Amino acid sequence: MIGLADLALLPWVVALPLGGAVLSFVLRTRAPFVGLVTALATAAAGLLLAAQVLAAGVQRHLVGGWGAPLGIDLQADGLSALMVAMTAVVGLGVSVYGSAYFAGGNEDTAHQRAYFWPLWLLLWTALNALFVTADAFNAYVTLELLGLSAVALVALAATPAALTGAMRYLLVGLLGSLLYLLGVGLLYGAAATLDLQQLAQAPLSGRVAAVALAAITAGLVLKTALFPFHFWLPPAHASAPAPVSAVLSALVVKASFYLLLRFWFFVAPELASAVLTTGLGLLGAAAVLWGGLRALTAERLKLVVAYSTVAQIGYLFLVFPLGLGQPEGFTAWGGAALLVLAHATAKAAMFLSAGVILKAAAHDGVSGIDGTAQALPVTIFAFALAGVSLIGLPPTGGFAAKWLLLNSALASGQWWWALVLIAGSLLAAAYTFRVLAHAFTRLPGDPPPCVRSRRLEWSALALAATALALGFVATDVLELLRVGAPVQGPVLMERAP
Amino acid sequence: MTFDAWLPALILFSSLIPGLLIFFLDEERHRLRTALNLAGAALKLVLVGWMIWGVFHDHAYLSRLTLLPGLDLVLEADALSVLFVALSTVLWLVTTVYAIGYLEHSPHRSRFFGFFSLCVSATVGIALAGNLVTFLVFYELLTLATFPLVAHRGTADSMRGAKVYLTYTVAGGAVLLVGVAWLSAIAGPVEFTEGGALDAVAGRYRSELTVIFVLLIGGLGVKAALIPLHGWLPQAMVAPAPVSALLHAVAVVKAGAFGIVRVVYDVYGVDLAADLGVLGPLAVLAGATIVYGSVRALAQDGLKKRLAYSTVSQVSYIALGTAIFGPVASIGGIVHLVHQGVMKITLFFCAGNLAETLGIHNVSEMRGCARRMPLTMAAFTVGALGMIGVPPVAGFVTKWYLGTGAVAAGSDWVLLVLAASSLLNAAYFLPILYTAWFREPAGEWPDEQPRGRFEAPLMLLVPALVTAVLSVAAGLLAAAPFSPLEWAKLIAAREYGL
Repeated sequence: MIGLADLALLPWVVALPLGGAVLSFVLRTRAPFVGLVTALATAAAGLLLAAQVLAAGVQRHLVGGWGAPLGIDLQADGLSALMVAMTAVVGLGVSVYGSAYFAGGNEDTAHQRAYFWPLWLLLWTALNALFVTADAFNAYVTLELLGLSAVALVALAATPAALTGAMRYLLVGLLGSLLYLLGVGLLYGAAATLDLQQLAQAPLSGRVAAVALAAITAGLVLKTALFPFHFWLPPAHASAPAPVSAVLSALVVKASFYLLLRFWFFVAPELASAVLTTGLGLLGAAAVLWGGLRALTAERLKLVVAYSTVAQIGYLFLVFPLGLGQPEGFTAWGGAALLVLAHATAKAAMFLSAGVILKAAAHDGVSGIDGTAQALPVTIFAFALAGVSLIGLPPTGGFAAKWLLLNSALASGQWWWALVLIAGSLLAAAYTFRVLAHAFTRLPGDPPPCVRSRRLEWSALALAATALALGFVATDVLELLRVGAPVQGPVLMERAP
Repeated sequence: MTFDAWLPALILFSSLIPGLLIFFLDEERHRLRTALNLAGAALKLVLVGWMIWGVFHDHAYLSRLTLLPGLDLVLEADALSVLFVALSTVLWLVTTVYAIGYLEHSPHRSRFFGFFSLCVSATVGIALAGNLVTFLVFYELLTLATFPLVAHRGTADSMRGAKVYLTYTVAGGAVLLVGVAWLSAIAGPVEFTEGGALDAVAGRYRSELTVIFVLLIGGLGVKAALIPLHGWLPQAMVAPAPVSALLHAVAVVKAGAFGIVRVVYDVYGVDLAADLGVLGPLAVLAGATIVYGSVRALAQDGLKKRLAYSTVSQVSYIALGTAIFGPVASIGGIVHLVHQGVMKITLFFCAGNLAETLGIHNVSEMRGCARRMPLTMAAFTVGALGMIGVPPVAGFVTKWYLGTGAVAAGSDWVLLVLAASSLLNAAYFLPILYTAWFREPAGEWPDEQPRGRFEAPLMLLVPALVTAVLSVAAGLLAAAPFSPLEWAKLIAAREYGL
């Protein structure tokens, strides 16, 4: 009998969605069916990979049997496996939602349906490939593939706003990847290898390495939409069709953040200075506050949700001052990873439920959703549950993540980051309940008529419930994260006397 | 796993699971919903009875769920938690009956009863929490579960009230979170321990522990409505009557007061708290709240508003008793958790009855209403006299123990506070009683419903009478075994290590 450890899953998490993308493009009329089957298979492979890494440790696969530095390697440690599993869960939810969202008879939806599936599966391919690649240049290729399919998906909405947003998104994305490519080129010149593991062992120092890391960081920060480079995110995320917005906010921005972690925590932690870590932390803090304030004042519902992403990304960057180069960095590392997962599920749920709400709403402003709680109780519940996790209230995944970050800040004596966490939570509570208050406002007369689709409503609720469930399985998540982790220490710290 | 390790969790689930099921029921499934509600409430009553018996005989019940290494959810029964659980269980049953009668024909009953059960589950979780993090979890859950209840009617007024409520409680929750996280960072996970849990770190972090105490009490003080954090309570009066009743008697304000008791006795320990010098300011704050709330109540014409300010004042008796060092005053504070709950819920039931049956919302409209609704007003009178502190109603027992305890502890000024408060209580309750019983009715009632066989629907009338009887019984039978007072003595003895 073949055990879990013997399965070569790594190539499959890339090959399955790629095959599905091609197939759904060829079989246009059957695209939703092909897409759903592919989503199921890819998600299963992704979750199996996570189980495998948890059981058997770091997995490595040499494509074509060549091996680095000649060939291309795939590798999954705890972080990669978590990212792939996150993509699997969110991807499955979005696929079920997408299969109902683009249903309908008119010409527009038929066009969108035909192109959504190949593009979305291609995007899934790029995500998985990026998470498991062991090669810095390969990461560039996947980054470009990711960016291009994401831009095309935004443009699917075909409104003037979406096209403008997509264009800006394209240009910023290209600039970011070019900066990244520049950095990788310089690194290759300095170390004569592109394999991430070999780069980590190479003695990186001097001006070239510093410039290389600076270029990589700048490019990736731009693509992750860290304040003040977030300007492109709200228009793109808010104008795309709902399932696309969900994928962009939940998964795509996490890809470039993942690469940042790879470079700073695995490849070149010795190059990190206090200026860098504090600087990134400060930009993150500014993002938390600015994103929260803009979400609170935004006019349109989807802009609220998009600015919330800007704020939540800010939290992630606290891992640099709290985790990088700290003797007991695992607390912050675990907190950031959990927050990535919690935000992915919660934000996807929020965008998906916003999509349902807007189909019933009078207009796309926040006040346009007055009274929808009566018509769409399940969806409003999903939105609220997702919001609860974003705020970081117990017992959700968002709470577990923030608790770890708080503990790390307080126990390591950097209490000012704790203030950022709390301020961000208050802002998140304010903008979430601003939306809910409108939804609960009762309008005179009957509730607005709306098309109720069980598949739309329940896929959003399932993702929100996943964000809640994360709070209860955080221990297992952290155990998986320990596999090949770059930082050590206990899960929760106690202040040294 | 043995039954002992499941009992606290089962008590939680006995309201949580019906609540979750109710969310998914159709509006029209009236009978099934009622059956679920009542079955859950009855089951909880049986389980809690079992637990009381066990705790009295020093039996340990503990359910534990590990969220993260070093972060456990713990539900545990000790004497204090059992007191609060018993209170919420009994009053939940009564309030559920009342709510079924009250909301007979209004829309969104499934949503209402779903959140209603969640709210009680959160309260039970707060009562049974065995460590500070678990307490925090359920404390925040309570905020979330009550928001839709306050906002239930969906009118502009109730949205405004709900918004104010949420702003206060979420901000308070954040402050509490900081305190808990900070404390955990220096002392590890804080398990509630009779006599205090911080002995190991008390010597090293004195100033930090003082700041953390202020944060914790600040966060809890919002729900406990200590001045100047009480602003939400009168605003939240827009909620339907059963919600107000539950909010004021069991759930929200009590959660805050109970938290203060927990922090002083089972986190810091009354000795350490006295040593840090934080009890004195807390007592002064509580005393000020008592007087302030009563003064504001005087000026209110809205019946529910007057009752709300009365709550501000009465709940602080609990904080006051907790903050005075000495077992006698502690007994007074702890027993008031129960006494205030039973008396205040009676008053709110009656206020709801008056509004539903006659359309009376203001004190000025109450002229002669006792002739039309004698039983309701009799129950109201019992509650009001209890609040003033007239024997033999339960409120008298509280004030007696608070007063003697304060003198024993050398805090004579508390007697002044108690006297002033009783006078003020009389000043705002007696006119109501006079108006209702002795003045001629003005003519038409504002919005009278057709009279049935009884003066009000039975499901609204009986709960009020039951709680009125309980208020008298708690006072009359204070010396009987298993009375709230005897139980409070047991708690105080264990807290002070007597």
